[in-house]
Amino acid sequence: MSMKGYPRKLDVKSGRVELSHGSGGRAMAQLISDLFHQAFGNEWLARCNDQAAFDVSAGRMVMTTDGYVVTPLFFPGGNIGSMAVHGTINDVAMSGARPLYLSASFIIEEGFHFSDLKTIADSMGAAARGGGVHIIAGDTKVVERGKADGLFISVAGIGFVADGLDLSADKVRVGDRVLVSGSLGDHGVAIMSKRQNVAFQTEIVSDSAALHDLVAVMLAAGPGGIRVMRDPTRGGLAAALNEIAHQSDVGFHLQESTIPVKPAVAAACELLGLEPIHVANEGKLVAIVAPESADAVLAAMKAHPLASDAADIGEAVADDHKFVQMTTGFGGRRVVDWLWGEQLPRIC
Amino acid sequence: MKYSDEFRDKIIAQGLARAIDAEVSSQRAYRFMEFCGGHTHAISRYGLEDLLPANVRMIHGPGCPVCVLPASRIDMAIRLVDRPEVTLCVYGDLMRAPGSQGQSLLRAKALGADIRMVYSTLDAIRLAEQMPGREVVFFAIGFETTTPPTANMIRIAESKRMEGLSVFCNHVLTPSAMHSILENPKIRNTGGVPIDGFIGPAHVSTIIGTQPYEPLAEQFEKPIVVAGFEPLDVLQAILMLVRQVNQHRYEVENQYSRAVTREGNRRAKGEVSQVFELRDQFEWRGLGLVPNSGLKLKRSYAKFDAETRFATRDMPVADNPACECCAILRGAKRPVDCKLFGNICTPETPIGACMVSSEGACAAYWTYGRVRGEQVRQRS
Repeated sequence: MSMKGYPRKLDVKSGRVELSHGSGGRAMAQLISDLFHQAFGNEWLARCNDQAAFDVSAGRMVMTTDGYVVTPLFFPGGNIGSMAVHGTINDVAMSGARPLYLSASFIIEEGFHFSDLKTIADSMGAAARGGGVHIIAGDTKVVERGKADGLFISVAGIGFVADGLDLSADKVRVGDRVLVSGSLGDHGVAIMSKRQNVAFQTEIVSDSAALHDLVAVMLAAGPGGIRVMRDPTRGGLAAALNEIAHQSDVGFHLQESTIPVKPAVAAACELLGLEPIHVANEGKLVAIVAPESADAVLAAMKAHPLASDAADIGEAVADDHKFVQMTTGFGGRRVVDWLWGEQLPRIC
Repeated sequence: MKYSDEFRDKIIAQGLARAIDAEVSSQRAYRFMEFCGGHTHAISRYGLEDLLPANVRMIHGPGCPVCVLPASRIDMAIRLVDRPEVTLCVYGDLMRAPGSQGQSLLRAKALGADIRMVYSTLDAIRLAEQMPGREVVFFAIGFETTTPPTANMIRIAESKRMEGLSVFCNHVLTPSAMHSILENPKIRNTGGVPIDGFIGPAHVSTIIGTQPYEPLAEQFEKPIVVAGFEPLDVLQAILMLVRQVNQHRYEVENQYSRAVTREGNRRAKGEVSQVFELRDQFEWRGLGLVPNSGLKLKRSYAKFDAETRFATRDMPVADNPACECCAILRGAKRPVDCKLFGNICTPETPIGACMVSSEGACAAYWTYGRVRGEQVRQRS
């Protein structure tokens, strides 16, 4: 649906982003229509207004926003674009909501290759279609060379929550089960394996994926039984559980031997001095589930292609200190703490 | 994971725990110091203390090079990298190490200093080659394990005639620090250092061998068992220490025979002695000035020595007088005995060496001690 009237076609193959592509003039209009509209194509964008209008039904809505600054921009299993869409869908979906609409704001460094931008935008379009959402509003800014590391993307998302559903991190009770949807640390290790000064060879790919369908299946399997869900991104499972423990005034007790971790991820973590429970995920969730619903929810998870390795890894316990503790594979007991420092910057 | 799971076997661990239990006398306490952060990590990571009898207590030693680096050396590094021509290469865990007056390399970086996190000496060489005209300074830190790579880097720089690369040397020596822990007059006067034996370093000993510990065991009549960093290594070393104590022996034993010999790695030691020489003394956070405990570059390599090259000098910074690290590192006091513990000194705002590393005695106590139901002073 390229607009007519541009003197030259956008040179997607070998061209580069120039400051004029963010200046509000014809060059920007061409970039938006020839690259972004092509990738995201939908009725809202086609109207070319400064905002997108849509009808809402009665009920509760959720909204989230997230900035993506990952480096490298392309990694095994995805790129910054697919990850931005998946990550935002997941933040909406963790409330139990059905994600519907996203907006995307691009901050592009002067000199960025159109071909890379197209690959990223196309991945976003594909991820959105796969996730059943539409990117209905956007913005493009170009900054001088050296003022941004290639590309930053900021995405906001909204979704609708079914009647009566109110998942929240302050609702966990003693005895609730802790379920994870699969192996931990894949995304973080995939990113690290491509970092310039740590690069190592591994077959691990990022787990970046949209989890809304898995969430829907889980909600159907354990109606009323799911207290809260989180996608453990930065800080990993350890951070997610510590946050929930504090909000619900409980502790958690995990069994290390039940936590799924791929051997290659365990090996990479060993090498880098990290622990998989601290490493970022982009396609996993942790759910705290009432004990009477846990088996049904876990069975539903295991039947879903994105959670075939799901596991019950522990339970909520009474603890004034709100500690997350773990019986280690070795038989001793330890605390699973938040990381104090930065494990690795710009992982998402 | 092959080659590491074998050393993490739960069934063997239970067998060792039973053996330790059967060996200890209920009539006495056993206080063992694991010198290295690597052992401390294994103890907390695998929850080893849960497997030990109540009268066997582990004292976490000063064997984390970042933790024992004094504020004055961080200040010095910041002064170096404040020079516009300098790019400083550091290992990531140094970034948060506290200098004086709330300074750190992380803060200096935020203020615009050119500080690069590297993973090896080779990264620093690569950076120096990529940036001709810049002064690339490698922040060398660590015990005997990391010293040979630094020596090697300097020899590469020499053979490649690299003009822009130099080393800010903070390498320290393990046996000197163990000596200092045992030889503190203040504590000797109050009845001696309450340590019954040492778990000796793993990786350090692959380089220096077990021989350098022999005079220590002899002079202070303390058993030393050199052990690997895997949890089964640590348990076996504890069993060996308990046996020595019970039999009134004080020998250097080698649990880590799969990697350590009595002589150590001759080639690595040769490389180190070619490039480095002893400093008269070096300051350790928590231990103060320790004689013959640090290395500097020999005069023939002076042009690679950042301290000489930039004529920068140590400006000593007094430790917080209330900090009890000195006694805690020696097992003479416990973290809760320190007035600063949990007040102004926490893992987020560490003052003393024992709080700097997540595995230091105070940091471990802050996190893990509370779990074991011990009284921790409330924040006031």
